[in-house]
Amino acid sequence: MSQLTVKNLELAYEGKAVVKGLSFDVKKGEYLCVVGENGSGKTTLMKSILRLIKPQSGEISFADGARVGRIGYLPQQKTAQRDFPASVKEVVMSAFASKTWLPVYTKAMKQKAEQNLELLNVSGLAEHPFSELSGGQQQRVLLARALCATEKMLLLDEPVNGLDPTATSEMYSVIKQLNDQGMTVIMITHDINTAVNTADKILHLNQDGHFFGTTEEYLASGFGDALLKGGLK
Amino acid sequence: MSISFDFSVFSGQYFDASVLLYALVVGIMTCLCSSALGVNLVLKRYSMIGDGLSHVGFLALAIAALFEVADENVIYITIPVVTAAAFFLMWLSSSGKLKGDAATALVSVGTVAVGYIIFGLAEAGAAEVCTGLFGASVLTVKATDTVLCLVLCGIVVLLYLLFYNRIFAVTFDEDFAKASGVGVKGCNMLLSALTAITIVVGMKLLGSIMISAVIVIPAVAAMRLFKTFRAVVISSAVMSMFCFVIGFLFAVTFVIRKPDSFMSGTVMLPVGATVVCFNIIALLLAVCIKKFKTRSNTKTNT
Repeated sequence: MSQLTVKNLELAYEGKAVVKGLSFDVKKGEYLCVVGENGSGKTTLMKSILRLIKPQSGEISFADGARVGRIGYLPQQKTAQRDFPASVKEVVMSAFASKTWLPVYTKAMKQKAEQNLELLNVSGLAEHPFSELSGGQQQRVLLARALCATEKMLLLDEPVNGLDPTATSEMYSVIKQLNDQGMTVIMITHDINTAVNTADKILHLNQDGHFFGTTEEYLASGFGDALLKGGLK
Repeated sequence: MSISFDFSVFSGQYFDASVLLYALVVGIMTCLCSSALGVNLVLKRYSMIGDGLSHVGFLALAIAALFEVADENVIYITIPVVTAAAFFLMWLSSSGKLKGDAATALVSVGTVAVGYIIFGLAEAGAAEVCTGLFGASVLTVKATDTVLCLVLCGIVVLLYLLFYNRIFAVTFDEDFAKASGVGVKGCNMLLSALTAITIVVGMKLLGSIMISAVIVIPAVAAMRLFKTFRAVVISSAVMSMFCFVIGFLFAVTFVIRKPDSFMSGTVMLPVGATVVCFNIIALLLAVCIKKFKTRSNTKTNT
């Protein structure tokens, strides 16, 4: 049974159609990588899955435990966040914002936040200002926040963007580890090597069309050759 | 020329000293609300919206003057006008139809221009226009104003606290907040409405031009000194209320004596402008403290 089903989706970005006739599905525990050039509609697709924007037409539906408002989202980092005054704790706890009133959080929420910070190896930073962390640490904190918002499905938009090689490989292994524990992962990436090495399925968006299938099918199809040639040295 | 401070204004021998208490309460409540909301506005890059709204408030005052609305009923015009403008500005800057700051600047200047024309049509004197821009004399604050201010600011504080976590989430990361089930549109509308109410409440005492300063400056100063959201909100509020009290006392007790001048004795400086000056002093202090801190940090690091 599919956790996410996308049927005949049409998306537009700034008035221009970027994706047409897109259909795919993601099953529980799968690891899907979304690849494609800049402007091919990857982020737009992710935002429409999250109901942040309305698709031109088509259907997006959830099942098997995943639902709107209960998806862990790791957006592309915004420059405004870099000097935002907030502690790591405040950032992570904001995943529960829609579930409490007054400036208080329940004990269960605090515990879950602590667990997720521990899982991502940043529990010692809970009281630190978010703005003073390294890029890798910030992404871990934001991933911990995403984990607080979901039990089933993670949507990651270029989670290693701007990270150094060590932080990048650490981030990827953390994501893989979460996926191994049963978390469904949908990740946008420019890193085609990681995509074909770790993902179960690949969705390649392109101005002229798209590819969706298993990693083996993708490699056999030749659809991603242009990207792969540039990436595999 | 000599300058001194005369605290006998509180004795009640010149005028009923309870008006000073009323003004003090109105000012403290306004500064509490404006400085807390200011943190969110500054962080959302909406500080110009506060400025724009205060100018809309001037227009609303002009409309009230044109229709010769009684003093205690002015608020029934200013609140809806400023709130509507707040929704409009938020919508403009979020829809990307016009670049946010350009749109706000347009509204800001446009409303003052139209407001000034309307004041002219209403045959208002320069004093009335000046009062609209820079605030009324503390002596005109009434008990009814104070009660209304307490009620409205109480509502603002209560709603801010009730929605505190959501407001933080929306300010830090709108996309994530929406994806995790926060009603982002509702929160933004709430922020706009609360800002509008605060501006209207504080406008009479502080003046429509001056009020935007007490929205932005305490937040900016607090951000120099603190690095968690809660600490910034609390310190911004405390700093703002403190600056108001100091500025207020300075303004109402100020005495200047010049030989051979008609200007002698108690002058009573404009409260709004004086409070703004003390806010700027606080900001400069905060900047200096931060510089000093970072310098001593780098010294210990090397």
